[in-house]
Amino acid sequence: MKLAIASGKGGTGKTTVATNLAVLASRQGAHSVAYLDCDVEDPNGHLFLKPTITSSEPAKRFYPVVNEELCTHCKLCGEICQYGGIVCLGRKVLVDPQLCHSCGGCVLVCRPGAITEAPRNIGRLERGRAGAIDFVRGLLNIGEAMSTPLIRQVKAAAPPADLLVIDSPPGTSCPVVESVRGADFVLLVAEPTPFGLHDLKMAVAMVRALKLPAGVCVNRAVPGDGEIYEYCRREGIEILAEIPDDRRVAEVYSRGLLACDAVPQFCERLEGLLQQLHSSMGARAARPASRQHR
Amino acid sequence: MTDLLNIAAPVAAAVKELVVISGKGGTGKTSVVASFAALAGNAVLADCDVDAPDLHLVLGPRVVQREPFSGGKRARIRPGHCVACGKCEELCRFDAIFFDGPSNGIVEKTYRVDRLACEGCGVCAWFCAEGAIEFSPVVSGECYFSETRFGPMVHARLGIAEQNSGKLVSTVRTKARAIAQERGFGLIVSDGPPGAGCPVIASITGASAVLVVAEPTPSGLHGLERVAELARHFGVPGLLCVNKWDLNAELSEQIEASARRLGLEPAGRVRYDRAVTEAHKRGKPVVEHRRNGAAADIRELWATVGARLQTHDQDPLKG
Repeated sequence: MKLAIASGKGGTGKTTVATNLAVLASRQGAHSVAYLDCDVEDPNGHLFLKPTITSSEPAKRFYPVVNEELCTHCKLCGEICQYGGIVCLGRKVLVDPQLCHSCGGCVLVCRPGAITEAPRNIGRLERGRAGAIDFVRGLLNIGEAMSTPLIRQVKAAAPPADLLVIDSPPGTSCPVVESVRGADFVLLVAEPTPFGLHDLKMAVAMVRALKLPAGVCVNRAVPGDGEIYEYCRREGIEILAEIPDDRRVAEVYSRGLLACDAVPQFCERLEGLLQQLHSSMGARAARPASRQHR
Repeated sequence: MTDLLNIAAPVAAAVKELVVISGKGGTGKTSVVASFAALAGNAVLADCDVDAPDLHLVLGPRVVQREPFSGGKRARIRPGHCVACGKCEELCRFDAIFFDGPSNGIVEKTYRVDRLACEGCGVCAWFCAEGAIEFSPVVSGECYFSETRFGPMVHARLGIAEQNSGKLVSTVRTKARAIAQERGFGLIVSDGPPGAGCPVIASITGASAVLVVAEPTPSGLHGLERVAELARHFGVPGLLCVNKWDLNAELSEQIEASARRLGLEPAGRVRYDRAVTEAHKRGKPVVEHRRNGAAADIRELWATVGARLQTHDQDPLKG
């Protein structure tokens, strides 16, 4: 089961839920668990899982290199490039690796074969173990604009596991889409605040556009914040768990510890969530008509 | 690499542009910006978090003008013309082409482009021997110019699951700058996106200063270090605010120390206060709702930040 943890708004508790769920699931012992940190712009899962890193390798992507001696100045490379990654100015061909999407178009249109591709470092891909949990994360180099190529590499490095927990970046655009793509289920962590509800609606629109099954975990729930429940009921979105606002959880988090070890009520809620996820996924698997999207 | 900077050229010397950012999401950027909007009184407001914009929820803008935004082109296979040769699928590096399109009388199945996976490179359309692939600009968002009770506001919304938020951010900043110049505003206060990638880079390049809002947690510290490096990388002077500092006073000090080391100047602390969310529920920034607590802290923070922006010309902040 590939479980993606996402949210429109940042700071709603994705990493708290993802790391604690991974730990609780692995402690149950019955299933192998892996954790992927796809928030490559600001990965935080390692702060709580404290993995032993077993391999750290540079993550690369390709960009075009022009052999000026072979170039006939036909300008087709500049014409096919949609990103300003390769630009023809008079008799000069300029390449901007930061803008290149590595689509390979320029190499394909270059008849004299003057363009080849070379790899460059965009960050690091790290693998490790946190107890029984297989840990993978990507760390994007500072100043590097595009995170999706690294997210793709993090996902490709996912070890086989019964439960794969994918921690996503915040938002609803390409990096999040890349992270949740192919998941069996998306858990949306939302807080019952005006910003939280607004961004949850955007996240719901995203999972619907991707045709992915999803449910909500309400985090930092305060009595009286009814609007988010009303919204989920109206939209037919299942609320799989409710984690009460608890200063102890915030304090434990601020010390870099796992809340499931320190706050028994939090632990109970997350165990309940795990149960819900298993039964929710089981029900879906049993339904033959349920559409599996890549 | 610096070409990315040129998308948004620096603001004219007369107009200051303050961008509020954080590496980690949910640290309180929008709360701070909403209060700054009320306190500044003479600023153009910009929401550069086009991916999950929230500032409008507090400032209640009245939209005066809206413009469609196109982040680029997308490919679409016309099923009637596809002969199922498979060239497009072979060349696509984004796994965006699937062999599950409708039958067309020539072939049983045709190829289809997954709109959400397509990165708009156009390679498939260029090499389709049948000319069966359309490749044209698509609307991927909307940019708004609005009026609020605190001043003009530029905001935007990137379509769900869309790409090129950086370009939309640049559109927002260009528009905010044009309004500031046209109407004689001296300041743009901008709510930035979380993270350290493309939309953040597009938000801060060429700005007068960034204010990093950090929370006193290990993730907050980690996120701060990443954006501080980013600000330095792009040569933008930086200030720091620790939000909810009283959740962990010790870590707050560590964060300020670490910020100083990384070239950010601590400009204030804001305490944890539920009144912030209560005010938002009423559609108000906290400084409009209360005078004490976090509201008092943000007033003090604004006094420091405002002063730093003004003295910036004679005494540049070290980036």
